[in-house]
Amino acid sequence: MPRTMYDKIWDHHVVEDRGNGVVLLYIDRHLVHEVTSPQAFDGLRASGRPVRRVDSIIAVPDHNVPTKDRNLPNPDPMSTAQLEALEANAREFGLDYIDMNDDRQGIVHVVGPEQGFTQPGVTLVCGDSHTSTHGAFGALAFGIGTSEVEHVLATQTLELKKSKNMRVTVTGELPLGCSAKDVALAIIGAIGTGGGTAHVIEYAGPVIEALSMEGRMTLCNMSIEAGARAGLVAPDEKTFEYLKGRPYAPKGGQWEAAVNYWKALKSDEGAHFDKEITIDGSQIVPLVTWGTSPEDVVPVTANVPGPDDYTDPAKKEAVEKALDYMGYAAGTPMTGFKVDRVFIGSCTNSRIEDMREAASVIKGRKVADHIIEAMVVPGSGLVKLQAEEEGLDKVFTDAGFEWRDPGCSMCLAMNPDKAGPGEHVASTSNRNFVGRQGPGARTHLVSPAMAAAAAIAGHFVDVRNF
Amino acid sequence: MEKFISVTSIATPFPRVNVDTDIIIPAKHLKSIKRTGFGEHAFETIRYEADGKLIPDNVFDGERYKGAKILIAGDNFGCGSSREHAPWAIAELGYRCIIAPSFADIFAGNCVKNGILTVALKQEEVDALVLAAEAGHEIHVNLNDQAVTCQNAKYEFDFNPAHKEMLLNGLDEIGQTLQSGTAIKSYEDKQKLMTPWLFRG
Ligand code: SF4
Repeated sequence: MPRTMYDKIWDHHVVEDRGNGVVLLYIDRHLVHEVTSPQAFDGLRASGRPVRRVDSIIAVPDHNVPTKDRNLPNPDPMSTAQLEALEANAREFGLDYIDMNDDRQGIVHVVGPEQGFTQPGVTLVCGDSHTSTHGAFGALAFGIGTSEVEHVLATQTLELKKSKNMRVTVTGELPLGCSAKDVALAIIGAIGTGGGTAHVIEYAGPVIEALSMEGRMTLCNMSIEAGARAGLVAPDEKTFEYLKGRPYAPKGGQWEAAVNYWKALKSDEGAHFDKEITIDGSQIVPLVTWGTSPEDVVPVTANVPGPDDYTDPAKKEAVEKALDYMGYAAGTPMTGFKVDRVFIGSCTNSRIEDMREAASVIKGRKVADHIIEAMVVPGSGLVKLQAEEEGLDKVFTDAGFEWRDPGCSMCLAMNPDKAGPGEHVASTSNRNFVGRQGPGARTHLVSPAMAAAAAIAGHFVDVRNF
Repeated sequence: MEKFISVTSIATPFPRVNVDTDIIIPAKHLKSIKRTGFGEHAFETIRYEADGKLIPDNVFDGERYKGAKILIAGDNFGCGSSREHAPWAIAELGYRCIIAPSFADIFAGNCVKNGILTVALKQEEVDALVLAAEAGHEIHVNLNDQAVTCQNAKYEFDFNPAHKEMLLNGLDEIGQTLQSGTAIKSYEDKQKLMTPWLFRG
């Protein structure tokens, strides 16, 4: 029977069939960060259990690290305790640990691929929902909770029920001025934040094939915002090219064997998908979110919708609440809408290509006067170095952006990087939830080019004619 | 893990759709390295004013639903991050069961690990339970029968059989899995030959 890529990876990792669709699934790779792991290590200690396979793990701090001057003492004692706990646990259990001051440090979902740790066909988990990012390589990658982190540390497995197969095909060719972020937002706008619930989404079609690895990561990253457990893209020459020579990638004679194995992963002709969606990629335009859910998305050229645009009473109420929180009236045009703060970063858009995309827009221009702060936070130390080598940091700082050290930063506002109450933020991150970037902060999700343009103009603009 | 067999209690109606994990527990409260202490910050923006004052009569703290062990929620409850701090916080508010039209996958999985039952019912059934909760009626949830009863109504629900067994028996899941040690070992031995590049040393 023809199988999907998800079926193949799943079948390959079944250790035991528990019946009723539940299996014990083997986990190849595990990324560990400071926020969701301390309680798991405590659990291991309390029950006297060792870590089963230390060679399957990379531990790196990201959510809570300061992004400004790491030589100064961290002013937050709780944050310090969490960072110290990660280091102590990594040392005690003998894990590969990347220190905060190491050039390789960064957001787990940037570090994994960069180190060649993320590979096609593997099962990869992390105590973070955006683990879906790694699906860009054809890895079955998904977020887990802290109890599951402990379970994987102790047993290298998870007891799981299989999700359903869904395929999102993006046809045509992406217009100039649009990037992977717009594709992700267009998909979520079309299917809603519950559209992928209980499914694993495989992205296919010419637009996906044409995306770079960075673009595919941006897209898979936001699978979780569409409700899906994971996203997948079939590995191809671009994938192999990206991985070759990276520290954890197969070496010598194993490289050929690995590539052959990876090539066989793509979905078979005629494989069954429980749900199929097709989106015309040539119709995608630069998008902006106006509300407090990633599905609240409109073309930058459109107006903010209102409750009257919906029939479902629950949706009407949600729209009213969102408008109230965001502080504007239905019908407000998105272009011309004032922005107070700009954030370019997060595991969605902090890779070298994102840095280049943003820099190309601002080159030789200045951040608008009223912008309180515009910051660029590279996804890893290696991205930062690469950008500096290309002179991008100069482009940003000359324009008036802050050039920071790598971490999650204002994506979730756990550290001092946050927006004030009522401020509108043009952000390249993935969640515009109430209070996500600080209490009362109002987030608008956009692509790096759109965020950069908003910083210069001081309001949202259509980057296609900027 | 705490067992879950059944619960009978009044319920808190909170039928807002797409309630995300940042609403359940904001990121700034995730810095603790313990499993406890999250309850006071649960649903912070719904329970407290911006200046930290408790909003009188909010559904979670008001007299009306005091002692409720069941939360009636809206569609796509628990979407967003994988933070297990969300069910930890909800458990500290005293809830043992959440009923909603649907749940985010990771959130539902995290609830099981903490002895919280998530029951997915049809939208109209949840709507009926919201009315019952507002009227102060008791609701009975039984995992063995996979049924919710309230006054004369009875609603059956689907539940993952593996999770059901875990909840009913309060099993230590890691201990259970370690009993499959031989199977895990032989899987690994096979993989070392098939995909040796995934192993080191
Ligand atoms: S950048 Fe944001 S979404 Fe990504 S891992 Fe960090 S906090 Fe999560």
